[in-house]
Amino acid sequence: MSLLSIQDLKVSFATRRGSVEAVRGISLEIRKGEVLGIVGESGSGKSVTSYALMRLLERNGRISGGSLTYGGIDLRQARESTMRDLRGREISMIFQNPRAALNPIRKVGHQIEDVLRRHAKATRSNARSAAIRALEAVRIRDAEARYNAYPFELSGGMCQRVVIAIALACDPKLLIADEPTTGLDITTQKAVMDLIADLIAERGMSAMVITHDLGLAAQYCNRLVVMKDGEIVEEGGPETLFSRPQHAYTRKLVDATPRPGASVRQLLPLDQRSAEPQLPKAETPLLEIRDLTKTYQGRSGPVHAVKGISFEVRKGESVGLVGESGCGKSTTSSMLVRLIDPTSGEILFNGRDLARSPARNFARDADRARIQMVFQDATDSFNPRHTARQSIAEPLARLTNTPKRQRVARVEELADLVGLPRPLLDRFPHQLSGGQKARVGIARAIAVDPQFLILDEPTAALDVSIQAIVLNLLVDLRTKLGISYLFVSHDLHVVRLLCDRVIVMRDGEIVEQGTAASVMETPSHPYTRELLAASPKPPLPAPPERTAAE
Amino acid sequence: MAGRLRTIGLRITHAIPVILGVVVVSFLLTRALPGDPAVYFAGHAADEASIEEVRTALGLDKPLPEQFLVYAGNVLTGDLGQSLSTGQPVIEDLAHRLPASLELTLTALLLSCTIAIPLGVLAATRPGSAVDHLCRVLVTAGVSLPTFFTGVLLIYIFYYLLGIAPSPLGRLDFIYIEPDRITGFYLIDAAIAGDWETWTGALKQLVLPAITLTLFTLAPLARMTRAAMLSALSSDYIRTARAAGLTEDKVLFTYAFRNALLPVVTTLGMVFSFTLGANVLVEKVFAWPGIGSYAVEALVVSDYAAVQGFVLAMALLFVVLNLVIDLSYTLIDPRIGFETR
Amino acid sequence: MSDITTSQVPVKQDGTLAHIGYVLRSNPVTLLAFTMFAILLLAAVLGPVIVPYDPMESNAAIALQPPSMAHWFGTDNLGRDVFSRVILATRLDLAISVAAVALSFLIGSVLGSVAGYWGGWLDTVLNRLFDTIMAFPLFVLAMGIVAALGNTVENIVYATAVINIPFYARLVRAEVNIRRDAGFAQAAKLAGNSDIRVLALHIFPNALPPMMVQVSLNLGWAILNAAGLSFIGLGVRPPTAEWGIMVAEGANFIVSGEWWLAFFPGFALMFAVFTFNLLGDGLRDMVDPRQRS
Repeated sequence: MSLLSIQDLKVSFATRRGSVEAVRGISLEIRKGEVLGIVGESGSGKSVTSYALMRLLERNGRISGGSLTYGGIDLRQARESTMRDLRGREISMIFQNPRAALNPIRKVGHQIEDVLRRHAKATRSNARSAAIRALEAVRIRDAEARYNAYPFELSGGMCQRVVIAIALACDPKLLIADEPTTGLDITTQKAVMDLIADLIAERGMSAMVITHDLGLAAQYCNRLVVMKDGEIVEEGGPETLFSRPQHAYTRKLVDATPRPGASVRQLLPLDQRSAEPQLPKAETPLLEIRDLTKTYQGRSGPVHAVKGISFEVRKGESVGLVGESGCGKSTTSSMLVRLIDPTSGEILFNGRDLARSPARNFARDADRARIQMVFQDATDSFNPRHTARQSIAEPLARLTNTPKRQRVARVEELADLVGLPRPLLDRFPHQLSGGQKARVGIARAIAVDPQFLILDEPTAALDVSIQAIVLNLLVDLRTKLGISYLFVSHDLHVVRLLCDRVIVMRDGEIVEQGTAASVMETPSHPYTRELLAASPKPPLPAPPERTAAE
Repeated sequence: MAGRLRTIGLRITHAIPVILGVVVVSFLLTRALPGDPAVYFAGHAADEASIEEVRTALGLDKPLPEQFLVYAGNVLTGDLGQSLSTGQPVIEDLAHRLPASLELTLTALLLSCTIAIPLGVLAATRPGSAVDHLCRVLVTAGVSLPTFFTGVLLIYIFYYLLGIAPSPLGRLDFIYIEPDRITGFYLIDAAIAGDWETWTGALKQLVLPAITLTLFTLAPLARMTRAAMLSALSSDYIRTARAAGLTEDKVLFTYAFRNALLPVVTTLGMVFSFTLGANVLVEKVFAWPGIGSYAVEALVVSDYAAVQGFVLAMALLFVVLNLVIDLSYTLIDPRIGFETR
Repeated sequence: MSDITTSQVPVKQDGTLAHIGYVLRSNPVTLLAFTMFAILLLAAVLGPVIVPYDPMESNAAIALQPPSMAHWFGTDNLGRDVFSRVILATRLDLAISVAAVALSFLIGSVLGSVAGYWGGWLDTVLNRLFDTIMAFPLFVLAMGIVAALGNTVENIVYATAVINIPFYARLVRAEVNIRRDAGFAQAAKLAGNSDIRVLALHIFPNALPPMMVQVSLNLGWAILNAAGLSFIGLGVRPPTAEWGIMVAEGANFIVSGEWWLAFFPGFALMFAVFTFNLLGDGLRDMVDPRQRS
């Protein structure tokens, strides 16, 4: 029996350029006890669908067609007061970015009480104990104490648990989870998703999980719907979708999702795969890090961000640096790229200790051009006032003696190299898409022929299909130019695709390093095993355990 | 809670260097007078002997750091010098006239808050509506109005044309008798005395200058409230609250408004600053016998001790007001105590 | 590849002038603001040429005449033509506010940039200094400064500049500070730029859009401030034509119904402040490349 039925739903937004249809006639059903995954890349209309169903669209958005029926109630026609009664009691929602989703100046216990009191699940006298029970239900230890906490005192994962507690406090029958793990660390991600899955199973709820991560959706959902440009392109069980995708777009998504056993070329659609790259053998050391430390003076004493790490990167080699937020990987890459000075230790580059050349003056150092970086957030890494051309030309102008005319030619050559159409060179960053910005960022970094390139999560903000393209571009550039990479990432599966060796960091220390194959297949440190276990496993080839448990 | 108390203590101690800075600046202002400060402080009619007397009294014959110590000591004991025009110690003149200024300023601020904040909230909850447009027009027009001009216009309309306002000369028409001084606030003193006739008279005098000041402070407050409310309403936690089915009242007041209050309270500091400045102009227009018109009168006769005393008094008053704002901010925002850890 | 094909269509690039034209066309309020600004500028530049009467010439025979065809804004108590005086005052009032704002913009930008980029003890010292300035009600501090330095037009400019410096310095400091570790600042360092160059060529220009709003609001305040000071008898002195003084002089006649003496200069003052307030958003749109399509 279907709990929720959506028929031919259309949602449009009034914008300055007229009406834009974000959802163009989709139909789907959620049955009792079913977990439906809606998968799509940014702009596919997946989140809009859920907001339309909650009738929480932005002011300029409206449901322009179709019907929404929940348990016999017509949600499109229902009065606002009816909707308010339904929200939180029948249908609940959890969100991405949990910290922002909580009122920053209200105790979390009170926020839960607000919902309980609103739906008459508690009275003034027993609200407190009911709220504490709700906190315990989401496996928050020491719930009594947490009741009095403000969101800023809690970790991201803990905030998400509180958001879940608010959503589930009144025992709704349908839970909508909108990218519930975006912005959380990978191990927290798994803990949160496991918790959601357990609670859904415990309470026999139905759920709609909205995500861009096909692997995650496949692991936790009974049925998947793939959306693109406001339409449903395919629907089916996770295994069928993965093993026999019908629609070209689904196939592309499935291919682009990093998974064990697949090479970087296999992320691309079949017709775009070129020959496997022939990577150079790496023998001579290029960069040797010896006992590198970084200690900051925090308000409450020294903070040891990096605690004496040593490793090397050979000429032409690609090394992955993996860890969760706060592990010290960003501090390490900032030191290597000579933006900040280490507290102690050596950075030997071609045998010369760069740590002795202070970061303040490194702009004039002879090795400046040889060490470059591709930044994580493509938007933030470009001067908003400079065109792509100016951004790429800047290092050429500052670090080489290239005359102006040759610089123009070189910029166009670089654009060709990274596959950026030349007309786009005169655009400002805000006029470029994420993938295009990633290309500009790479072009800028390789403009001065560096020997060593730090890639700081260059694909973290990109959709998977674009990520596949960018990763392949990086592999091609490495083969062509023989640059050494240090690939910084939180995702072991992505790192494996690009790197010969992997370094795993935690709390400012290296817990494990070795060849990519050995670290991935026979991890020696428990933390590496935890990381590996935490990343979602697409159902290839065996069916996932979750569906078996249902 | 201990953290909260410590924060409050910390805030209060933070005011100390500011007060010190204020005293230094006002000292520098008294010594920056072109020419011989002693001549200025002694006034036009002074002869050699009295100039010398002033010089020794102010310690002007000593080196600058020592002069500062003398000055700071004088300020500490409440000695701001003698006013030439009234012949009284400046501190006594100021103390006598301060209630008049406070009565006007506080009435205006109260009025302004009670109009601007609801207006801003209404405008933010109904973007594009008539209230929103009214708010926008008021805000843009309000910040463009020179207070002294508004005052003059209001006098012309309500006193000259309509004849419903009393003549713009001070706090009380001469037909009434000044109420016994208890607080110095006529409205309060008259009420305590039970003299409602005088109370009404004082109120009538107060209305126009208070409205003039209110018009001026309305704009920044309404603008800030609207902006803060809009940003609060578009934040994620409001979406969470709505998704949990909370009533619109709860969402608006417990969730949005309390958060929006934080930037509004911060703006209040700036508004106070403007109000205290505008107060001087309004007092001149309405011949209001507060410390602002005292300073203006002193300026005309080059009575520098009085002017500098006024500047210092206003600054200290403002420091206190800011401290109150800071403290109320600490009470609303639980995060404050932890930032300073 | 999908990320490219969708945007093959070349985007038309605007030049700076075309962009300004676009901003003006797209927002009628901005257009209005710039028209009003042009009127002010015209009055300031051409004032002495276009006024019908000598603003200083008094004539007791025609004192206190209401507005007429001969005297559009009437005459004052000395028989001077109010219209001529209002127009002529534009130059002085604009000059005071522009000079004051330019001074505070320059000083504030330098201090704020340095404090925001390098931080440290300099930041602490500057912060204390600005705290102290802001601890005074600003108009009152300006009164104190002019009273102390002496009653001249230059001192009005200095006083107005001093009370405005903290606004610029704070704003620039905040804007620079959030961009200090931005990706593009780091990228600029990797491209071989020294700290000074990163600050001056990459970070500071990006702080300009919010600064422009501040500049235009401040021009408004500066005019109000200067007029306020002359209203209470500081700075500009009669018989110089200045809006604040004219309102002050006219105020004496308002209770007897001669409204035009105070009204027209007051209105001119309001017009100028209103213009600058409207101008802010338009200026920001012009210096912000993200507004370009």
